[in-house]
Amino acid sequence: MDIFWIKAIIILVIFGLSLFVAMYSTWAERKVAGYMQDRPGPNRAGWGGLLQPLADAGKMFFKEDFIPAQANKWLFIAGPCLAMLTALLSSAVIPFGDTLRIDGQEIQVQGIEVNIGILWVFGIVSLGVYGVMVGGWASNNKFSLLGAIRAASQNISYELALGLSLIAVIMMTGSLSVRDIVNSQHGGGWNILFQPLGFVIFLTCAFAECNRTPFDLPECEAELIGGYHTEYSSMKLGFYLFAEYVNMFVSSCVVSALYFGGFNYPFMDKVAEALGNDATGHNIATAIGFFAFFAKALFFVFFFMWVRWTLPRFRYDQLMNLGWKSLIPLSILNIIVTGIGLMFNLRWFSWVAVGIIVAVVAIQAATKPKAARGILEAAPVR
Amino acid sequence: MQLTNRAKKIDKSEMTLAERMYLPAIAGGMAITLKHFFKKKPTINYPEQKRYLGPVFRGHHILKKDEAGRERCTACGLCAVACPAEAISMVAAERKAGEENLYREEKYAAVYEINMLRCIFCGFCEEACPKQAIYLRHDQFVPVFMSRDEVIYGKDRLVEDMSSRYLREGWK
Ligand code: SF4
Ligand code: SF4
Repeated sequence: MDIFWIKAIIILVIFGLSLFVAMYSTWAERKVAGYMQDRPGPNRAGWGGLLQPLADAGKMFFKEDFIPAQANKWLFIAGPCLAMLTALLSSAVIPFGDTLRIDGQEIQVQGIEVNIGILWVFGIVSLGVYGVMVGGWASNNKFSLLGAIRAASQNISYELALGLSLIAVIMMTGSLSVRDIVNSQHGGGWNILFQPLGFVIFLTCAFAECNRTPFDLPECEAELIGGYHTEYSSMKLGFYLFAEYVNMFVSSCVVSALYFGGFNYPFMDKVAEALGNDATGHNIATAIGFFAFFAKALFFVFFFMWVRWTLPRFRYDQLMNLGWKSLIPLSILNIIVTGIGLMFNLRWFSWVAVGIIVAVVAIQAATKPKAARGILEAAPVR
Repeated sequence: MQLTNRAKKIDKSEMTLAERMYLPAIAGGMAITLKHFFKKKPTINYPEQKRYLGPVFRGHHILKKDEAGRERCTACGLCAVACPAEAISMVAAERKAGEENLYREEKYAAVYEINMLRCIFCGFCEEACPKQAIYLRHDQFVPVFMSRDEVIYGKDRLVEDMSSRYLREGWK
């Protein structure tokens, strides 16, 4: 078979997989929400509600599609398309697995392998805000516009910290290619072990980038009605919501590739050895790696939901404060500390930053006057 | 001033760094939600699973018969008088010779109707009845109706079926 066709199939599979995962995330989200609130969640459509996404899609398609009279019609339609497009594009550079050996050729389980992979992700992700911005602006509704502006400013502020926290990882790997970053974590040296602070910052920013709770500021019933998608209905709204789920899956993939070793799993060399070095053995080993990657990514999808159903939304000024005054300085600190560590060839060095923070916290907690403590202490019963 | 004894003392002092970092509190919160994730769900899946409504639930009306299978109602009209919603109406008739096995008293209700749109399930009818003829079942709802011709329940839907007699929990 031509390498072109194999690649085409892989790309289609990745494409379908992202859509499928996103589709079932909408189901899983409600299931997780239900379970965390002591109720069973959707269970009417199909076994355990498994046909729910289809039912939703049916509902979305048959709802009235409404375009406001004063809206810019083409931009109004382009908004959700842009959101969807950018969400799907970013999965292209994620290495879902090692290589497949077909007809003596090594083919990477990845859409495209470019040596600037992570820049690609960032470029596309930052384009994602155009979907929101265009949608909010084209609606010709003040609330939508405000929501869109909020989304844009939030995305910009958090993208800075996101990029900066990532720089430490890139410094340690010396490559922008996602595959190289994954390969450098081969043998248990996952980046989470060396970049705890960077990971926390990255994860927080990933939440903000996906507009997930606690950072889902672009939509806010109390102040903005529905936010940037107030005027959207039917499948256009569906596209916006669906793009959020695709984004969530892609960021889960990125997090697990950058910090959790991607398709690496413990004892993978022993497993690969046991399976033999011929084409079948190699392919099976790749498949196991693929599932390891998938398990990690799905865990993070769950994690996104877990956080969503635990935390309330941030206030807007808190969000901005956290982004500009905490996360960006912290990520710069992380870069500096990592840099110092690299200079002396100490990979563990960024734990020093964590240590300092923990120490400061402990000292502060210990020296805080007793009288000021005792939050929510019950008053004596009379 | 303290109005209730549930008042809380609120700490308005500056937060420590640990508190401002949110992370410890977030971890605590997530542990709580995860605990709930694995908890047994108290949900009752209604149409499939029904819970016992209790002996005092007032549902579908029933016109009782006695042990011999004779209708107890003597068409005295007390239930209709007691009914605050004026849901009950009836036509009395005199028992003929040879109908002793059908009706217990000499007068009986030839027509007995309850308008279920009016009924408020107050249970006054069963309290008013001197013959212990009308009861509200504790184990059955009045089914949903879709059109107005279904809402008047006549004797066909009210009189007790002798093959499956209605016994109130606690009578047993
Ligand atoms: S339950 Fe109350 S409202 Fe209904 S028929 Fe009896 S007395 Fe009337
Ligand atoms: S049901 Fe009871 S109260 Fe009503 S008419 Fe019959 S005997 Fe009288």
